[in-house]
Amino acid sequence: MTIRHHISDPLLMAYSSGVLPEAFNLVLAVHLSLCDECKARLGAFDTVGGVLLDSCETVAMANGSLAATLAKLTQPAPHVPPRKSNKILPAPLMDYVGGGLAAVKWRSLGMGVRQAILPTDKAATARLLYIPAGQEVPDHGHRGTELTLVLQGAFHDKVARFGRGDLEIANEDLNHQPIAEAGEDCICLAATDAPLRFNALLPRLAQPFFRI
Amino acid sequence: MLRQKGRFVSGDVEQENWETLIIRVRDSGDKAAFAALFQHFAPRIKGFLMKSGASASLAEECAQDVMATLWQKAHLFDPTRASAATWIFTIARNRRIDALRKSRRPEPEELPWGPEAEPDQHDVLELSQETQRLGEALALLPEKQRDLIERAYFGDLTHSEIAAETGLPLGTIKSRIRLALDRLRHKMS
Repeated sequence: MTIRHHISDPLLMAYSSGVLPEAFNLVLAVHLSLCDECKARLGAFDTVGGVLLDSCETVAMANGSLAATLAKLTQPAPHVPPRKSNKILPAPLMDYVGGGLAAVKWRSLGMGVRQAILPTDKAATARLLYIPAGQEVPDHGHRGTELTLVLQGAFHDKVARFGRGDLEIANEDLNHQPIAEAGEDCICLAATDAPLRFNALLPRLAQPFFRI
Repeated sequence: MLRQKGRFVSGDVEQENWETLIIRVRDSGDKAAFAALFQHFAPRIKGFLMKSGASASLAEECAQDVMATLWQKAHLFDPTRASAATWIFTIARNRRIDALRKSRRPEPEELPWGPEAEPDQHDVLELSQETQRLGEALALLPEKQRDLIERAYFGDLTHSEIAAETGLPLGTIKSRIRLALDRLRHKMS
């Protein structure tokens, strides 16, 4: 697998500094699970955080603080079950789906396109999208930022072709009409921090209903 | 504010010590080592969290939690991948997201191997030197730019504000990025 479209520096810095909505964090965590290059770059951004923490002005801890912390250590560490992943869904995504693809609760959007909204905080929405091979996703623009990550198959739009692991970062300037490549149905993880803006009347009417 | 004195200009002897102390916590539950780490890092974590908008009492509680997590997760610490300060920053950041933002930050899939029992000292030293160079480069930035970077890491900027140029001097750790990548690829193959 060759990943061609990566996390931009500003987004990686935002992920490292912890200011992103949960839905964006999820998309980036999935890309990072598949991409060594971005994982290595993330280490650099975390190093910046370490340097800033270490040179941060100190504020004295309360009296008895160390003793209170040592007392906490007598409690056993919370048990964390081992994470699971499969060929399509990396571990962070399986955590949210609660299993493999069979556990996804799809809802039809028409023309064979299906989506499943994943539970995240309200600052942005994360969804899995299922687009039959060769199918177009309605032409849409964006008010905010939209991150789209390919899990299976591929799509192309006027920007480029995106295959497994590739991340498309779309902002307000981009109006695009993604088309799933022929051959294999396309499954994507997408996150938006504002509703999409469809250019045709019908999807716009359906928008409040489908939450897209 | 980045301070000119201390670890980042005075050499890497002390910095190596923090990593060694975490490994002593990891290998033998050494409470004296933990106390030394606590004394250095807890007041910094508290300051960091208060800059991020936490009250003094919440920052105190969270700083204690972060140090307790350091103890509990010491077996995951890999000094060839992160300095002590970097690793502690990631724990403090996650606590902040949880406690202050009431949100979650899903972690990428873990690498299929854990830290090595006997880390390559050359790798550890190299990481420490590069971290030091980054610290020096950050300290030399114009104040306005440094403030922007600090505000980003204190959680004070939105991601669209970060999207504007922050001018991080990442060139200083470019070889680190390449090394980390080589190591990931080597381990995977």
